[in-house]
Amino acid sequence: MKQGTRLAARILGAYAVIYVAYLYVPVLFLPLFSFNDSIYISFPLRGWTFKWYESMLANDALHRALVNSLKVGLTTAFISTVLGILGAKAVTRYRLPGQKPVVAMIMLPLVVPEIILAMALLMVILRAGGSLGLVSIAAGHILLCVPFAMVVLMSRFEGFDRSLEEASHDLGENGWWTFWRVTFPNVLPGIVASLLLTFTISFDEFIMAFFLGSTEPTLPVFMWNQLRFPKLLPGVLALGACILIASVLVVLAAEWFRRRNTSDSQSGDVIIG
Amino acid sequence: MPLDSAQTRTLSQARGFIGRRPGLRGYLLLSPTLMIVGTLMLIPVLGMAVMSFWQQTGHMAFDMSGTLNNYAEAFTRDMYRVLFLRSLSISGLTTLATVVMAFPLAFFIAFYVKRHKMVWIILVTLPFWTSYLLRVFSWKVILGYNGAVNSGLMSLGMISEPLDFLMYNPTAVVITLTHAWATVAILPIYVSLEKIDRSLLEAATDLGDSPFVRFFRIILPLALPGILAACVLIFIPTVGDYVTPSLVGGSDGYMIANVIQFQFGRGSNWPSGAAISLTSMTIVAILVGAFVWSARRLSGRRG
Amino acid sequence: MDNSFIDIVGVSKSFGGVKAVDDISLSVHQGEFFSLLGPSGCGKTTLLRILGGLEAPGSGRVMIDGQDITDVPAHLRPTNMVFQNYAIFPHLNVEQNVAYGLRQQKLSREEQIEKVSAALAMVKLEGFEKRGADEMSGGQKQRVALARALIKRPKVLLLDEPLGALDKKLREEMQIELRMLQQQVGITFVFVTHDQEEALTLSDRVAVMGEGRILQMDSPRQIYERPKSREVADFIGQMNLLSGAIESVGDKVTVNTPTLGNVCVENNDQDVAVGDAVTLAIRPENLKLRSASAPGSVRVTLAASAFWGHTTYYRVVVTGAEGESLDVAQQDYSGSEKVGDEAWLGFDPADLLMLKN
Repeated sequence: MKQGTRLAARILGAYAVIYVAYLYVPVLFLPLFSFNDSIYISFPLRGWTFKWYESMLANDALHRALVNSLKVGLTTAFISTVLGILGAKAVTRYRLPGQKPVVAMIMLPLVVPEIILAMALLMVILRAGGSLGLVSIAAGHILLCVPFAMVVLMSRFEGFDRSLEEASHDLGENGWWTFWRVTFPNVLPGIVASLLLTFTISFDEFIMAFFLGSTEPTLPVFMWNQLRFPKLLPGVLALGACILIASVLVVLAAEWFRRRNTSDSQSGDVIIG
Repeated sequence: MPLDSAQTRTLSQARGFIGRRPGLRGYLLLSPTLMIVGTLMLIPVLGMAVMSFWQQTGHMAFDMSGTLNNYAEAFTRDMYRVLFLRSLSISGLTTLATVVMAFPLAFFIAFYVKRHKMVWIILVTLPFWTSYLLRVFSWKVILGYNGAVNSGLMSLGMISEPLDFLMYNPTAVVITLTHAWATVAILPIYVSLEKIDRSLLEAATDLGDSPFVRFFRIILPLALPGILAACVLIFIPTVGDYVTPSLVGGSDGYMIANVIQFQFGRGSNWPSGAAISLTSMTIVAILVGAFVWSARRLSGRRG
Repeated sequence: MDNSFIDIVGVSKSFGGVKAVDDISLSVHQGEFFSLLGPSGCGKTTLLRILGGLEAPGSGRVMIDGQDITDVPAHLRPTNMVFQNYAIFPHLNVEQNVAYGLRQQKLSREEQIEKVSAALAMVKLEGFEKRGADEMSGGQKQRVALARALIKRPKVLLLDEPLGALDKKLREEMQIELRMLQQQVGITFVFVTHDQEEALTLSDRVAVMGEGRILQMDSPRQIYERPKSREVADFIGQMNLLSGAIESVGDKVTVNTPTLGNVCVENNDQDVAVGDAVTLAIRPENLKLRSASAPGSVRVTLAASAFWGHTTYYRVVVTGAEGESLDVAQQDYSGSEKVGDEAWLGFDPADLLMLKN
């Protein structure tokens, strides 16, 4: 039987390696072909070049799109994290009547197809006489990001003992000072993680940005628009590679913050799901 | 502390009032979040529901007297029925493929990885946080007419003409969606497997189950909540996916999201778009509900 | 009472329909070591948290030193608490933890350091100033929590099972230190515990609680020797409880028990009538096993024995009687300890305590 389990472990291990390759290899084609010295995708590569990256540096429209993405991303990250802090504190620190359905409602954007949320928002904004632009994109992104911020921060709030806050009250600090002297420093890694993750989501998001935006595109929308022109494809690949690397770095930083000082890092307190 | 001054007293009594109603205080804290989510989701979705009973009469002009025509159309027009059925079967297949492929990996991480669990978890969840658009787009690069597969095969001399059946069909959509959502399936399954008390497995062995039998009698039933969660988390959003059918689906691979977008955009028939949106959400909700219910029933009777 | 320092008047608190604290009134004197003793879920911690302002009472008033503090929030109360898990701030070191409550006093850096080292000296933690929260043992954390609370010079120190998480040996050490500390600082202590030995050892007075109510409030000696009800007798120490019924009432009361037959006991000021069901209580150390008959002794059969080191416990059944078995604690029994062997059981009827059911 011992031999049987070892065999199973070996088969599963091989499967796991293949699976991870399956996850990563298709995506790695983007950076790979971005170095290809040809405007067509060709395998094997024609030759190595950095010219697509160089031309990116000179593209003003791309720079504007990047600035737009940063504006929307930072706004979204800040607002949804603040809302996440308030919400997470409320649901972890108080016994709220009807808490389950209320939390379920906040989490709903995780599953409802984005296209429906986007169309509903679009309809209401236009009917109310509002205009589309970076503000409406940020609104859509906040809706998508609040559930993530909530989940990240809830696990952080649950991970720290509420008697710490009580001890602070007991030692003479009011709610305001207790927040800044006890709650905030203890939740800080979660706050940083939430800021980074919500920023990434907003930075990468396409549907809301596409349908709720106007003439000023964010980076993913800019990229989408480029796709119509086959000769711009290598530029899109280079841009895509940069976006991928940026997200990976930000998410790894977020993971690092999220797991700092948590004793239960083995239990895999999980962000999504 | 001048506790006896009248001001402090009133203040502390007010505090006492809220303090005695912790639920009230909690909702006070939750209210900004609820307000934002309410404004950005509930009002638009309710607005959409109202809109679905109107009739478009011109550009931004509606007959608001109330009609069921949009729903009648959503259910009877052949094109919509085809798109509904295609969307449901594409995301059904995607869900099945994703979960079946993810389970062994989650099982491996939960039961066989001893020391670097977190590395594995981060490794398989990292793609989730990268751009969805790019993950889908990479399949266009692979499967496209001038894509990696075709140019690779051609340079190897195995084909002389690019294969055109690789992309712009429902199969390409399923392949792409399966890859793009793979990372979502692993976590819930992993968590439910990880939660299984290892002494239960020892008890099953002690009572005479072989590892194989034990898998079906203990592990699978206890992992069911995670499997169901994975199914729901993939099925619902993929039914309404827009990016994948638009990029790799072609006209044969269009899904319901494309027609929703069309009605709100160039088609300029908002009430119809609203009715189709709500109809598809309702169908999905009913299907998911029935699926979860019957899966629980089935496992309940066996266990 | 004139010299009462803490007054709790008619305090009740419910959680979701369950009464955790049920109309409790009590007074604590200044400088007293007062314990709330009871099994878990009896409402003792809730009462303590109401005193500290961490829980608002549903009804009733709380007064400390003549001031009604019922509606005063926790951070403005003259009380400080030592939490059950100590609640040491994990992001601060020992010094910062102890100095936490000094912010409002706007002290100079030197004054602060002086106060902190004095507080640490009091709990014998000199030199631990820079230690991190996660680098301390349970006993050390407990001392930090004490220093952190005492540095505020509270009128009342609240302690929520502070020794519960320590192992037996350390716990006994800390008990002595805690008592000495209390006498040294002269602050009123309200101490919550489920450990009756601890409560009896430490306290000036003990309130035994059960199901949100106070069952008995007395000195430890009174509680141990004169429990007022069957519940208290059962909870405090080892106690043999024999059910019976009143046979006759006079100067003394005669109780008929299935175990010991008719016994004559002191009528401890209870208004009882013939036929009432009562419980007779007697401590195991007040029973005596002999190998030979003596006046007033009854014949018993040995059912079990257990060696406890300082004493041996014997479980005996009165031969030919139908009632409860009895536990005897004795050091010097010289007869046979074999199960099934017979012996004689002697007791002084004055040690039998009559409790109304």
